[in-house]
Amino acid sequence: MHTTALTLIELGAILLFLGVLGRLAGRIGLSPIPLYLIGGLFFGQGGFIELQGVIEFSEVASEIGVVLLLLMLGLEYTAKELVTGLRQSWLAGIVDFVLNFTPGALVAVILGWGPVAALVMGGVTYISSSGIAAKVISDLGRLGNRETPAVLAILVFEDLAMAVYLPVLTAVLAGLSFAGGLGTVGISLLVVTLVLVIALRWGNVVSAVVDSSDREVFLLTLIGAALLVAGLASALQVSAAVGAFLLGIAISGATAENAARVLEPLRDLFAAIFFVVFGLNTDPMSIPPVLGFALLLALVTAVTKIATGWWAAGRQGIGRLGRARAGTALVARGEFSIVIAGLAVASGAVVADLAALATTYVLLMAVLGPVLARVAEPAMGLVDRLAGRRREGGTLRLPRADGASPEGL
Amino acid sequence: MNVIETRLPGIGVRREIVTGSGRRVGIVAQRDGDLDLIISKAGDPDACVASIPLTPDEAATIGNLLGSRQLVAQLTEEHRDLPGVSTRQFMIERGSPFDGHRLADTRMRSRSGASLVAVLRAGQVQASPTPDFTLASGDLLVVVGTSEGLDAAADILRNG
Repeated sequence: MHTTALTLIELGAILLFLGVLGRLAGRIGLSPIPLYLIGGLFFGQGGFIELQGVIEFSEVASEIGVVLLLLMLGLEYTAKELVTGLRQSWLAGIVDFVLNFTPGALVAVILGWGPVAALVMGGVTYISSSGIAAKVISDLGRLGNRETPAVLAILVFEDLAMAVYLPVLTAVLAGLSFAGGLGTVGISLLVVTLVLVIALRWGNVVSAVVDSSDREVFLLTLIGAALLVAGLASALQVSAAVGAFLLGIAISGATAENAARVLEPLRDLFAAIFFVVFGLNTDPMSIPPVLGFALLLALVTAVTKIATGWWAAGRQGIGRLGRARAGTALVARGEFSIVIAGLAVASGAVVADLAALATTYVLLMAVLGPVLARVAEPAMGLVDRLAGRRREGGTLRLPRADGASPEGL
Repeated sequence: MNVIETRLPGIGVRREIVTGSGRRVGIVAQRDGDLDLIISKAGDPDACVASIPLTPDEAATIGNLLGSRQLVAQLTEEHRDLPGVSTRQFMIERGSPFDGHRLADTRMRSRSGASLVAVLRAGQVQASPTPDFTLASGDLLVVVGTSEGLDAAADILRNG
């Protein structure tokens, strides 16, 4: 068959299949990410249907998917939110990192995959899915809850941590020498700081440069700028994803909102292709051998994330129920775990089994997270009843109408 | 009154007060313009018993309903020395004959003898609106007059 025809047919079939999966996910109230991964496993290497024509396009498309995922993440937050978030939640952020990076790294070491794989798996288990967490919070009507800012602060910290982690990872994966690695990390830290300063001081200038009242012009300018910045960052070995993330942060205000609106459908398309391609490159037959470790990791890192949220919310004077809600809201892992694993697998610097472990782990956590968040309150009620404890919420220690000064919040 | 403002990164801003009865009541203003009315749970003040999405129209109307009582009470107090004069509020409903029309078009003063002293819109008070003030649905009109005059005003606003 003609190559173009084959490419179109395969691509169409895959997207149609993803559409069906997405509809199914919506029906049962699930994040579509695990289903996209399953879709990818179904096709491709070792799957039921081998694909040939679509590989070349989908590789590029999945790169664009990563760029758009990170660009949208950057657009979510203003530089001011990131800086205040960092100031308020650095301690919780560090606890989060230590508790959740360690299990992944340990498992990679136990499996004998070496230090590079440990760095990768640590990242995979560390980063919560801010997409799934935000959806859980708004679906369960928790925007007004007092523990929600603590949860969001941790997510903000994690996303900022990515801006440091990804360049380090890229340098290590590229096999740079220690000095060379330090160089790129230095460059990226400098660039991150510079972008934050620019975004804080002259965010409106950056926004004005890319802004346009014409949708078409705006879209082209945005995507062009994002790919250019991502490509340049990649050429400097800083990681394309981080370049896009920083551009997203630098764009602010109404321009950022419009940009998010214009880019959302494109992000959905290319990110879906990214997840599928990751699944495509994973051989389903390599999953059974790592299934035990994936289950173990899922169990351990669910507990460590709950502990993180529990502790962080407790510091804000939140009661037991709220602390349980905060912990479980953070459990889901998703898009960024796959981004990290995807970078590693694409570089060829880690064993192929890592893709299988990361896929299985994310499949488990993307499903487990929202479920745990829903059962957190009933489960706490049950625990309290079994322990014979009186059900208690937090106490309000807020300023009252009688003019007491506001403090602590 | 202390309004507690909490930034929700990536979502918007939450503004709330703590009532005398110890409940948190507030609004989450999402960045895309959506508003949520939140009310904390009695047993668990960290959680919310309700998080109700409001359209801008609905939010403005609730703001008017809550804000107008005070204004009416104040006006009633001021008119206490004038027997027979009272204060009443009328809502301009969607599809009302004066939705989108100028105040002058109602000719309320000449037809009923009652006078419009203020319009509440989106929680803001427009005192002594001029005849070319344009009415819109959701506006709450505060009218002062005799009880017959107020009945006539109600009839005008309802039926044109």
